[in-house]
Amino acid sequence: MLINNFLLLGAVLFCIGVYGVIARKNAVLVLMSIELILNSVNINLLAFDQLNGTNDGAVFALYIIAIAAAEVGVGLAMVLLIFRNRKTIALDDLSEMKG
Amino acid sequence: MFAFSSPIIDYHALAPELVLAAGICTVLLVDLFVPDSRRWITGTLSGFFMLAALLPVVTLAVLGDDVRSALSGEGITGRYVVDNFALVMKALFLLSGYVVVLLSTNEMEEGGYYQGEFYVMLLSSVLGMVMMASSRDLVSIFVALEFLSIPAYMMAAWKKRDRKSNEAGVKYYLLGVFASAVMLYGMSLLFGIAGSTRLSDIGEAITLDGDKIGVQVVGIVFVIVGFAFKVSAVPFHTWAPDTYEGAPTPVTAFLSVASKAAGFVALVVLIFIAFPLAYDVYRPFLWVMAALTMTVGNVVALKQTNIVRMLAYSSVSQGGFILMPLAVAFTNGNQGASLRAVMVYLIIYAATNLGAFAVVIAVSRKTRSGEISSFGGLFQYAPGLTVMMTIFLASLAGIPPLGGWYAKFGAFRAAVDAGGGWGYGIAVIAAVNAVIATAYYITVMREMWMKPVPDGDTTPIKVPASLQAALAICGVATLAFGVLPGLIAEVGSITDLAGAFNP
Repeated sequence: MLINNFLLLGAVLFCIGVYGVIARKNAVLVLMSIELILNSVNINLLAFDQLNGTNDGAVFALYIIAIAAAEVGVGLAMVLLIFRNRKTIALDDLSEMKG
Repeated sequence: MFAFSSPIIDYHALAPELVLAAGICTVLLVDLFVPDSRRWITGTLSGFFMLAALLPVVTLAVLGDDVRSALSGEGITGRYVVDNFALVMKALFLLSGYVVVLLSTNEMEEGGYYQGEFYVMLLSSVLGMVMMASSRDLVSIFVALEFLSIPAYMMAAWKKRDRKSNEAGVKYYLLGVFASAVMLYGMSLLFGIAGSTRLSDIGEAITLDGDKIGVQVVGIVFVIVGFAFKVSAVPFHTWAPDTYEGAPTPVTAFLSVASKAAGFVALVVLIFIAFPLAYDVYRPFLWVMAALTMTVGNVVALKQTNIVRMLAYSSVSQGGFILMPLAVAFTNGNQGASLRAVMVYLIIYAATNLGAFAVVIAVSRKTRSGEISSFGGLFQYAPGLTVMMTIFLASLAGIPPLGGWYAKFGAFRAAVDAGGGWGYGIAVIAAVNAVIATAYYITVMREMWMKPVPDGDTTPIKVPASLQAALAICGVATLAFGVLPGLIAEVGSITDLAGAFNP
């Protein structure tokens, strides 16, 4: 099987993720889009790992999975904080500071 | 099947990290068992651990060999390295961490914040930075970056009930996580080309020729964009002013100095070890970014009325000056001068900027305001603070004989050494910007020295002992580095990074 298939899947996931981060106004959906990007990275890393016959990439992917979980934990806590204080998680409403 | 052979661990080289890790556990445990009224102990303890971690850094610098690999073994050597560059940067992170503890103690105690948790976050973030200085591998750079960022996201949102602080945290978090995701995508491409995550292997593989040149360019650009967010380079700076304004002021000082320095350390390591042959890609990219960062930061800072926001934009523009020597590195053999310029600038900028924030914290304890106009007539009731603030602002502006002057001198020299259109071009842009920057620093000075006190209240400001200590450390450093630049001559003898791949 060609490595292109995996890289294409990774690239498509990355693009969907970036589109989601830019276009979505809901904080939770932005978090999900970031997860998509991180998973596209994992697919890339594992595909390259097979191509190069090393195991650096698999180790890297494991670290990314673990740290992504920690990141989302913090992110959801912050979204919850915003929701308690404002009763909304729309990112457009976060505009107290300007200039 | 692989036979497992355990790596040889150099505990002396890892000692600073181990002390900090022990500090995190101790503070966390102590916080559990002390009553609320004595929570300040956690602050004292974390300050102690920052200084304790500095001890092995000093012994490593005095006793150690020039380069030590903290872990060595088959395929592991050279991924986590202690060299002179790493030691200087570790000392910088630990000392700025200590000053931030001094800045925080009163704020945290009087503001009714969670104290123990705050210091645990601060120590974790500093541990991430200390790791970043030694990382010579994509995996450890990524782990160090997240280790220093994730606690920083929480610290920015530390005022739980304050809507501005929430906003500061969420903006920092979303942009930071997005940036590190983009950076990771770039890293996965670099790994694909090199077949290894070790930076020195990547340096040999990234040559910008052959049939994978497109992948190489995309990888380099994505990785640099990721770190450009961290160092708040324009156009990736949009989070910085909002986060700096909304976060508690000691956290702002921490983010604008230590967190930014960590981003620059990563950029330096990547450019010197992983991308030295790819200057055709990173030079134009960083050059434009440096020019934009200086100019936009300065121009927007001119019209700010809030002192923290003004210092935020000022720190954006100072970031441009630090990017300048990096943008022209590996031109005309000036990489040694560039490396020194970046290191010296980071050290002096840290002392100066932390000092400026210490004065802002001291003054706002009385005025309860962040407006520049609240500094009116400061000289009449707080002459000491006024003189200190003047020193820090003049140093930020680069007026001799203060530290900032020497820092700017080094950055200009690296650019002029590079010569040609790239070097002279950026030097001219930087010179114009240095003049513009002086304007807004002088606005604050005029406010302090010439204007009347806004509400006529001239009771003197009581500066707590910890803030006085922070002011003294920053003030002495700012003055000493300017008058006696020979003090950082040791830094000046560093011309290369361990494992750097030289074309």
